[in-house]
Amino acid sequence: MPTKSYLEAIREGMRDEMRRDERVMILGEDVGAKGGVFGTTEGLQAEFGEWRVMDSPLAESCIVGVCIGAALYGMRPIAEIQFQDFILPAVDQIVSEAAKMRYRSNNDWGVPMVLRAPFGGGVHGALYHSQSLEAMFCGVPGLKVVVPSTPYDAKGLLISAMRDPDPVLYFEHKRAYRSIKGEVPDEEYTVPLGSAAVMREGRDIAIFSFGMVVHMALEAAERIAADGFECEVVDLRSLRPLDRAAIVSSARKCGKVMVAQEANLAVSIASEVAAIVAEECFEYLDAPVMRIGGPEIPAMPFAHALEDFYLVTPDKLEAALRTLAAY
Amino acid sequence: MVVARSHAVTRENVDADTLRTLYRHMLRSRVLDERMWVLNRQGRAPFWISGIGHEAIQVAVGMNMEPGRDWLAPYYRDLALTLVLGMTPRDHILSVLAKADDPNSGGRQMPAHYGSRAHNIISTGSPVTTQLLHAAGIALAMKMRGEDSVCVTSIGEGSTSGGDFHEALNFAATHKLAVVFVVENNGYAISVPVEKQMATPNVADRALAYGIPGVSVDGNDVIACYRTARDAVQRARSGLGPTLLEAKLHRLTSHSSDDDQRRYRSADDLAAERAHDCLPHFRSMLEDLGILAPGDAERLRLELVAEVDEATAFAEQAADPLAESALLHVYAEDD
Ligand SMILES: Cc1ncc(C[n+]2csc(CCOP(=O)(O)OP(=O)(O)O)c2C)c(N)n1
Ligand SMILES: [Mg+2]
Repeated sequence: MPTKSYLEAIREGMRDEMRRDERVMILGEDVGAKGGVFGTTEGLQAEFGEWRVMDSPLAESCIVGVCIGAALYGMRPIAEIQFQDFILPAVDQIVSEAAKMRYRSNNDWGVPMVLRAPFGGGVHGALYHSQSLEAMFCGVPGLKVVVPSTPYDAKGLLISAMRDPDPVLYFEHKRAYRSIKGEVPDEEYTVPLGSAAVMREGRDIAIFSFGMVVHMALEAAERIAADGFECEVVDLRSLRPLDRAAIVSSARKCGKVMVAQEANLAVSIASEVAAIVAEECFEYLDAPVMRIGGPEIPAMPFAHALEDFYLVTPDKLEAALRTLAAY
Repeated sequence: MVVARSHAVTRENVDADTLRTLYRHMLRSRVLDERMWVLNRQGRAPFWISGIGHEAIQVAVGMNMEPGRDWLAPYYRDLALTLVLGMTPRDHILSVLAKADDPNSGGRQMPAHYGSRAHNIISTGSPVTTQLLHAAGIALAMKMRGEDSVCVTSIGEGSTSGGDFHEALNFAATHKLAVVFVVENNGYAISVPVEKQMATPNVADRALAYGIPGVSVDGNDVIACYRTARDAVQRARSGLGPTLLEAKLHRLTSHSSDDDQRRYRSADDLAAERAHDCLPHFRSMLEDLGILAPGDAERLRLELVAEVDEATAFAEQAADPLAESALLHVYAEDD
């Protein structure tokens, strides 16, 4: 199987689906001739033309609102938000419109739209090019939210998202674009929305995470495996809906649970996973659930030392895992 | 900016049948709208938000659209427009009584939150101004498919202060999309007068900034509305791009059934507006021209009242939504 980067997998997913389904179109800032600020849509305008791969005005509500309209008319739009940090002007269109369209019309209308946005830090992006804002959307019924951590999932989840009849937010970790590579079939395939993936099996501590943190968790798990502690690393992949069954199964099996994410912890995915574990695995637990994430400061600062302070790293995870193992 | 006005008897290209149909649509909406107020005041309908005073522009626009081909992204005052496009008094009374078979939302949304796929009317929520971008997206899709359909969208003047107004006009103008932006300027956004909303005398003046035509029309003059709407729809259909069409009119009721405009407007003002009601004005004109014979208007009114009576009786017996149905249709898989 050929090896591809996370970014190539995303591009291939869009390209293949655009070849297969002429309703698929992309609207976003700089997605055309430039191919996006990260190169994600490189070559797509040359292949599919200026209408299907359209440079939008610099207006996020416009990008999402226009895609909603196009979806209502029968297109399968992909709205690209250049950085997830700049999604906020579009939140009304996402939460008030896309998420509620099917419900409020009693199933008369739906919005089959994918919204792609790069998120996450560790690239010296400072406060406004580093955030992980997924929690803002994961409590919104009517939306689906996915975050791939591997190139394989990046392509498979994206194809599923594009074929889904409802709005899917597809958040891609910008640090994964070129640093994460993996096997990706040339053929089309899908990864179902709503399912988690066990990345490493273990029996002592279940680690739930998503995005880049999955890779750090895998590294930390390897390190403590040397001392005889076997971690089960679960990539949540789908943040709404969460794969409740997978969470419960790994938590019960291990009896100790860590949830690790990049964002600050208050009212977050880690909070939700911890709540599920508390509700469904209480009698199986051998230790309190441990949540690892960013500090409660507004966003990730620029300077190297400050950014490092914010980020979850394999070292920090390893230390926390040792504490949990010793409990 | 062009101010369109019909001269005393310039009805060129608007024939007698069309005039009669315009009148019938306006009166039908008025009769239904008045019934909604009655249902509200009787305590049978918790809420109503009215289109009384807005009928002329809505009917004029609707009659220039092609049902089944053109699309509408409406706002909550567009009762008349939805009726012209084929929705019925039954549909809307089902909605005001929040019945399961309400085609707008199955009783999920407040009344006057219009939407019907069968009529190419997209579902509208409560946040104002968002629908303009949907109209731009619909027209983008129409253009990508090489179709010459038109998407009409409408909005109040107060809501044009919101950012989506700018984003939608800019996008539609940039790509010459077939959108007609209709601004129903009644001078108030709930209690806030237009002078506190914008510094320009006409919303239509802003068209210049987008490189598209802007027309401000007397929204109580249905013939002027009709001709202006016809031009705007034709312009869109022939690929020339959007028009910003503003109709200056009066909200002849309080903002909604929960508002009492006497608290923020003088009695003199309100009386003066009543005198400009588009409907009696149009009726006398048609009678003067012999297009309506004596007695015609009254006969028509009785016929329309009977239709609304029937619709009310029908809707009152219709089933309420089942409580558990609240869980349905969050996602497509629920079906
Ligand atoms: C984004 C948003 N803010 C506030 C409101 C509450 N609201 C509903 S209608 C309205 C006034 C709208 O005035 P205008 O646009 O002039 O339309 P009109 O009601 O006069 O036809 C307000 C403030 C809302 N629905 N949406
Ligand atoms: Mg107003």
